[in-house]
Amino acid sequence: MTTTQQSEPVIRTQGLTRHFTRRKSTVEAVRGLDLEVGRGELVAFLGPNGAGKSTTLRMLTTLLEPTSGTARVAGYDVVRERRAVRRSIGFVGQGNAAGHAQRGRDELVSQGRAFGLSRAAAYARAEELLAAFDLTEHAMRPVSTLSGGQRRRLDVAIGLVHTPQLLFLDEPSTGLDPQNRANLQEQIRRLHDEQGTTIVLTTHYLEEADAIADRVIVIDHGRVIADDTASRLKSGLGDLVTLGFETETAATTAAWQSEVILGAGAEVERSGTVVRVRAPHGAQTAPGLVTELAWQGVPVTRIEVASATLDDVFLELTGRSLRESNENTSGDSDVENIEIQGEAA
Amino acid sequence: MTATAQITETPVTIRPFEAALPKAPGVLADTWNVMLRELRPVFREPASVLFAMVQPLVFLGLFAPLLPKVEHGSALQWFVPGIIAMTALMGASFTGANLTQEIVTGSHERLLVSPLSRSSLLVGRALKEIVPMLMQAAIIVAVVTPFSFDLHLAHVLAGVVLLAGFSIGVGALSFALALVSKDQEWLFWTVQQTLVFPVLLLAGVLLPLEGAPGWLRAASHLNPLTYVVEAERALFAGTFPVDTVVYGAGASGLVAALGLFVGLRAMRASS
Repeated sequence: MTTTQQSEPVIRTQGLTRHFTRRKSTVEAVRGLDLEVGRGELVAFLGPNGAGKSTTLRMLTTLLEPTSGTARVAGYDVVRERRAVRRSIGFVGQGNAAGHAQRGRDELVSQGRAFGLSRAAAYARAEELLAAFDLTEHAMRPVSTLSGGQRRRLDVAIGLVHTPQLLFLDEPSTGLDPQNRANLQEQIRRLHDEQGTTIVLTTHYLEEADAIADRVIVIDHGRVIADDTASRLKSGLGDLVTLGFETETAATTAAWQSEVILGAGAEVERSGTVVRVRAPHGAQTAPGLVTELAWQGVPVTRIEVASATLDDVFLELTGRSLRESNENTSGDSDVENIEIQGEAA
Repeated sequence: MTATAQITETPVTIRPFEAALPKAPGVLADTWNVMLRELRPVFREPASVLFAMVQPLVFLGLFAPLLPKVEHGSALQWFVPGIIAMTALMGASFTGANLTQEIVTGSHERLLVSPLSRSSLLVGRALKEIVPMLMQAAIIVAVVTPFSFDLHLAHVLAGVVLLAGFSIGVGALSFALALVSKDQEWLFWTVQQTLVFPVLLLAGVLLPLEGAPGWLRAASHLNPLTYVVEAERALFAGTFPVDTVVYGAGASGLVAALGLFVGLRAMRASS
């Protein structure tokens, strides 16, 4: 076994690829992923259902063997050193970590024992986590009787039993109501900020990636199509300034004037009496633009400034809206669920 | 609806990355851990063992009174060991349904990502089957002893030891079926129900097969449960015919070996 080097990234993949074969047709779920995640990062894999995010996560957590390419996680190879990877990572899957017939405390204890904690240490750790996640009073209820939010907190608690330095979360907030989702996101954020835990999560919620991740890796059709901080991804696109005018003639003039005033780097389009301008720092340039246009004799009657969202970024990159992609694919049997009978993992 | 709680503390200290991983538990410790995990719901809710007993108890209550009077000994003495074997078969063959549920809800996936070895995940589960089998056998013996059933305790204990291998094997096969069925619960139940009743009837659990046509007897001879039930009947009668018991123990051991072999293969392929 290799030991973890100080300088080595926590995750490094090279040409990581996974195909699924079903009824003679091959689906390339993940295509040649080259990725590095450094220590202490909080990374979100963002993409529509079936984009390959979960397949990537399943390869990184040893659940699926790559078709080709390599991945090292916490310094260990995900195929040759599976057990060492499993001992080094925390994992919160899409489903519930605790068996529904079990009690929360029992599951925490057996998870602790699986990671080599002594009986006493496992019980102590279970109490600590139950208290931290406000589950103490529900510790001896059958998991099936817990609410969705309580179960999800228990999932995360189980993933943290062995105090992993690297935590994977697969769609952590799917199915939670907004309040529970916000709480969970805060918890993840705090775990990262206070403990320096490296966190990799998948999500198809734009708001989630935007709200908690330092780094957003946009995945579509099994490939990384963007990889940056959320704010840089968005500022690259610029703000959308929508201007309204009295007449179409005024709007046409204003559109032409705007192009002159803003120069290259701004996209201007007119439809009817409305002019849409997408420009870097559009929020800052909008007041000047309005004044200038009034001076030119085409006064603005209405103005709206919207900063770019990650959905705009996704739309720009793929020509599709992430929101619509999610709606269209939900319910389909997506690539993530395709598994082959009898395959070795 | 959902009580949302504000989380106030972060869960405690984190091990530095460079620190060596804690000593990994061995396969035996893993197996013990998995077995205890499986047993906890049984101990927390002991009445759950009654679930697999509904059918055997119905047969005991409604079938036993119909048994013909026999010349020496009681019909119950003949019938009860079969019912105990039936309970073992039912309980162990149902057990995969728990795994199916864990596959559907996600805890199986969590265990697969944990450091627990694949073999411990199967063997620990299969070994656990002994415990509900013992509880169920004790309940049946306790129910029938006030009636025309003579309790030969040492023989009965030998009988349940013999049955343990059978329970482990059937349990392992049931888990294998669950792993192959994955999240298709209907597949698990269809196969389980299709197999259990022929195995049960061909072993002569309810009716003796002495007068059966040749093909039925031949099929019965291929059924390991036949030998297990014959050994159980001899033991429950307070006798110890070595050949019958050895055949029974052999059949039981064979089922255990086959079950563990198939189960381990299925668990290793699980992802």
